[in-house]
Amino acid sequence: MATKNIAGVNIDVNEEGYLTNHAQWSREIGEAIAKEEEIKLTEQHWNVLEFLQKEVKENGALPTIRRLTKSGIVDTKTLYQLFPNGPLKKASKIAGLEKPASCV
Amino acid sequence: MPDEKIKKVSIVVSRGSLEGVYPGLIMANGARMEGMEANLFFTFFGLYAVLDKYMDDIKIATVGNPAMRVPDAKGFPLPTLLGALPGMSAFATWMMNKTMDKLDIPPVREFIEMISAAGGKLYACKATVDMFNLTMNDFCPEVDKVLTVGEFYEMSAGAQIIFT
Repeated sequence: MATKNIAGVNIDVNEEGYLTNHAQWSREIGEAIAKEEEIKLTEQHWNVLEFLQKEVKENGALPTIRRLTKSGIVDTKTLYQLFPNGPLKKASKIAGLEKPASCV
Repeated sequence: MPDEKIKKVSIVVSRGSLEGVYPGLIMANGARMEGMEANLFFTFFGLYAVLDKYMDDIKIATVGNPAMRVPDAKGFPLPTLLGALPGMSAFATWMMNKTMDKLDIPPVREFIEMISAAGGKLYACKATVDMFNLTMNDFCPEVDKVLTVGEFYEMSAGAQIIFT
């Protein structure tokens, strides 16, 4: 485990940059990780991020893309536009959650 | 982690049974989830996964499948003769679909829509289209084009080609 200075705070991250302690996450940290991933967060992005955080809190696991799109928050096409090159991975990272571990 | 990541995959789906179709769909969708470019090429009986009229009826092969066990993966081997009973394939498929839905693995049509919306491209094999007397109208709307083998190779430049 390593620490990384994100948005002026020392944060525990794993070797791929995912936060290992979600309690250390804040919106500023989310913004900073998004910037590193070259994503400018809009309200639509935040809806997705907040949904992921809510799901993890309630179910203890990240939702699949299908579950996320079925929630009505975002459709598949838009999701891939919002978070290019690996939507669920990018979104989880920005939301301060673990790396997705599902095949679908 | 190795330096050189896979950037593009071309996946050939050649079989029309449920266990023949799903691995290719899961791999294509998984490739898009990882940010890779994904092309799916349906050939021979694999075409049934994108034939509008038949894609909702993809079934598990309960005959000629010596690994098949009932009632679940750790149950008893299903003798070939019993596998041939009417309704066996439909029943096994129904059981499997229930389990897959719980895991958020969608039915074939929804999966095809999902891969297409995710930016994956779907193609039908020209040789099979000719052999089966098909036209573009027979396919679901997500199929982009009918391709010759040559065009498939051209389109796969720089890709890993995976045959399923």
